[in-house]
Amino acid sequence: MRLTVNGNPIEIDAEAEMPLLWALRDLAGIKGPKFGCGIAACGACTVLVAGQPVRSCVLPLGQVEGDVTTIEGIGRPGALHAVQEAWIVEQVAQCGYCQAGQIMSAVALLDEIPNPSDADIDRTMGGNLCRCATYPKIRAAIKRAAASTGA
Amino acid sequence: MSRAGKITRRVFLGAAGAAAAGLAVGYYVYRRPFPNPLEAQAGEGEAVFNPFVKIPTEGPITVIVPRAEMGQGVTTTLAALIAEELDVRLDQVTVEHGPAASAYANIGMLEEGVPFPRFDDSTIAEMMRGGMGVVGRFLAMQATGGSSSTTDGFTRMRQAGALAREALKAQAARRWQVDAASLTTAEGFVTNPATGETVAYGELALDAARVDLTADPILRDPAEWKLLGRPQPRLDMEAKVTGAPIFGVDVDLPDMVFATIRMNPHFGGTIRTLDDAGSLAMPGVEKLVIIETHLGNGFGVIARSTWHAMRAADAVQVEWERPDRAVDDDAIWAGLEAAVAGRGSNFRDDGDVETVFADAPRERMVEAEYRVPFLAHAAMEPMNATARFRDGELDVWAPNQSPTLTRMACAREAGISQENCRVHTTSLGGAFGRRLEVDYAVYATRLAMETNGRPVKVTWTREEDMTHDMYRPAAMGRFRARLGEDGMPQALDMKIASPSIIASLLPRLYPRLPVPGSDTAIVDGSFNQPYSIANYRVSGVVADNPGVPVGFWRAVGNSFNGFFHEAFMDEIATAGGIDPVELRLSLMADHPAAVGVVEKVADMAEWSASLPANRAKGFAFATSFGSWVAEIVEISETEGRIRLEKVWIAADVGRALDPSIIEAQLMSGALFGLSAAMFEEVNFADGRAVQTNFHDYDPLRIHQSPDVEVAILQNAPKMGGVGEIGTPPAAPALANAIFALTGKRIRQLPLAREVDFA
Repeated sequence: MRLTVNGNPIEIDAEAEMPLLWALRDLAGIKGPKFGCGIAACGACTVLVAGQPVRSCVLPLGQVEGDVTTIEGIGRPGALHAVQEAWIVEQVAQCGYCQAGQIMSAVALLDEIPNPSDADIDRTMGGNLCRCATYPKIRAAIKRAAASTGA
Repeated sequence: MSRAGKITRRVFLGAAGAAAAGLAVGYYVYRRPFPNPLEAQAGEGEAVFNPFVKIPTEGPITVIVPRAEMGQGVTTTLAALIAEELDVRLDQVTVEHGPAASAYANIGMLEEGVPFPRFDDSTIAEMMRGGMGVVGRFLAMQATGGSSSTTDGFTRMRQAGALAREALKAQAARRWQVDAASLTTAEGFVTNPATGETVAYGELALDAARVDLTADPILRDPAEWKLLGRPQPRLDMEAKVTGAPIFGVDVDLPDMVFATIRMNPHFGGTIRTLDDAGSLAMPGVEKLVIIETHLGNGFGVIARSTWHAMRAADAVQVEWERPDRAVDDDAIWAGLEAAVAGRGSNFRDDGDVETVFADAPRERMVEAEYRVPFLAHAAMEPMNATARFRDGELDVWAPNQSPTLTRMACAREAGISQENCRVHTTSLGGAFGRRLEVDYAVYATRLAMETNGRPVKVTWTREEDMTHDMYRPAAMGRFRARLGEDGMPQALDMKIASPSIIASLLPRLYPRLPVPGSDTAIVDGSFNQPYSIANYRVSGVVADNPGVPVGFWRAVGNSFNGFFHEAFMDEIATAGGIDPVELRLSLMADHPAAVGVVEKVADMAEWSASLPANRAKGFAFATSFGSWVAEIVEISETEGRIRLEKVWIAADVGRALDPSIIEAQLMSGALFGLSAAMFEEVNFADGRAVQTNFHDYDPLRIHQSPDVEVAILQNAPKMGGVGEIGTPPAAPALANAIFALTGKRIRQLPLAREVDFA
């Protein structure tokens, strides 16, 4: 299978029904997306496919249509995405396990709605669980990122 | 302390005498009770000062934070304790977890395992704590739990930094032929103010590490602190927002294979029949391994990816043996009902409760029965571990809360001595007590025995995680109070029954150790609250456990006793016609820290202000883990649905080492408690857990999460814990708000059984 992940073409030797998450993590060594539930109920595995947020734990490789973007593809130390910057300013993460998925959902939200209301945040972030319950800080960081990008 | 002084004294370890054996001593006297685990592995040009500080000739200083980072910010705060005394900036240090070692035993955690309130500083309570400290050092358990990391590390970590600093100064003094006391240190340099000469720590390190200091260093006065007491940016934040591979599931080793497990979901059951022909024929599958341990029975599948392993495990035809004893909700509640009707052990017995109730008129009585369910930990990172067994040596990489227990259990499984087992602790994607257990590491060890030296990463499915938890036990309480003419309680009698955590846990860790008959956790959070009531009894009963594994869950006994005690206090206030906050204030007048947080939170939330008809507030207080916490929850009701609007928290932690991290922990602790109170419940039927994943065990989500406002106070004389203290008051504050709004007194969790949440 041929994919484009974070701008790089990669070749994956796997069955078409293998979920994107496991192909990324175990075969391509891209560990940012996390396994949490395997049934698209927690959002820890969220990545962008053609700019849309998807739960990669239930998306078979054969159905990936478009470029894949993971947390590794939006920014890195020294060149962080505005959402990552906001996450640092608000000191959002606790255990941090769900945060890659939270950030990818937030990136997708801000791409669609540059200045989201609380209701927008509730609607689009409700699929991302956080057992440390960092939700108030996630909300604050999304608003901070929205403000910082001049929306 | 007079009230607390009446709490029943029960010596259960007989270790108090050991307190005299020398506890109130400096770091020097006990600094080498165990070998320094860093000495064996020091690199070229790397100076090891003590078990916590390594300074290389060039490059960043390494500090060892031997506690699990599971979100509570311990990496940052413990590193700051060292950096404060070492005189380096936090960005000048690299933090490592370090190996499993007795030198890193958590003494504070065991010291607080005594059956006394934390505010009881009577001689016998202190003696017991001292005794537990000695026992802790004897058992030398390196563990993260009991909200003890900062209290345990507060002196030890600063001493480690100060010792290194003083050695560096002594070496500089030798070089410059001056008195060490005349030198100053800052940001990784020693300076001679008289000459202006400076030298970097790295340049001095190799010689300085051999300096033998003759006295304990004097620790800085808190007034001089530069890092402690101020918010520090978390050292792990950038890694966590960039998706860095820091968790157990991210471990990557050369030649590694992947695996998953399937264990019998019927607790204690074995395998009746197993047919793996179909699954072994599937692509990418290498091997099926039978797992038979005292922790569980099942199998593992080893494959070229986790998904290949999971798919093949699904295809295995297995018939599980079911133990004779039925585990289901009916059996569990029957056991709890029988226990709560039976005789309990008194953990508090002030005055003469029986006499006061003997002639109580009906109209002065308040009586109620409360229940809470089993709960899952459901940490976001499912259980996992990676193991490699090669040439008689075992390496285990695991997100775990106790490296020494993990080492013991894995070495035992592999049949090797502990010296040949190394445990590498990764970041933990949540834990909440679940990762004090060792099952996931033992199963990985078992699989590593079958891979010819190749490392194997074993990741559980969410379904395995949820159906093989060590659950927060269900509990049940029967309570009664007698009110006086003034509406105030003259007597309060609480009896609480729950399966014993320690009786479930100990055989998992030490299969041959006898099981204790009593368990303080059953009453923890009810027997040790700072209320003065003339006749006040709290008793606990160990309920029969039909076989459900139970374990530590954030705040442990406090997680349900907070609800029991504070919801019933609200019932007393209602029956007596007294404002709930006023009732608490008058009963806790002996404890200024308690009064302080209650007054503070009432002020923050404008408790006395009137609200629109569709809104109400509820209040609760709990002291736990040595800290004092009051919470108010405001809710609203629209079209029959209840929405959580806001939570106010005032907490007195005695000394706030990092206000920003403490605030985050209080927020997290309260919301974690609200999540459980609103939605969470594990049921048992047909010998196994009913809930399997987040579709039927659905915790709090962002659209249900209220805004949280926190105030941190520092009036209490002792420093308390932080990671769990937000949880106990959350459930009762919400239940009390629901009563205030709807008139419905809900005495059984989760609340969603009775009301709809928006």
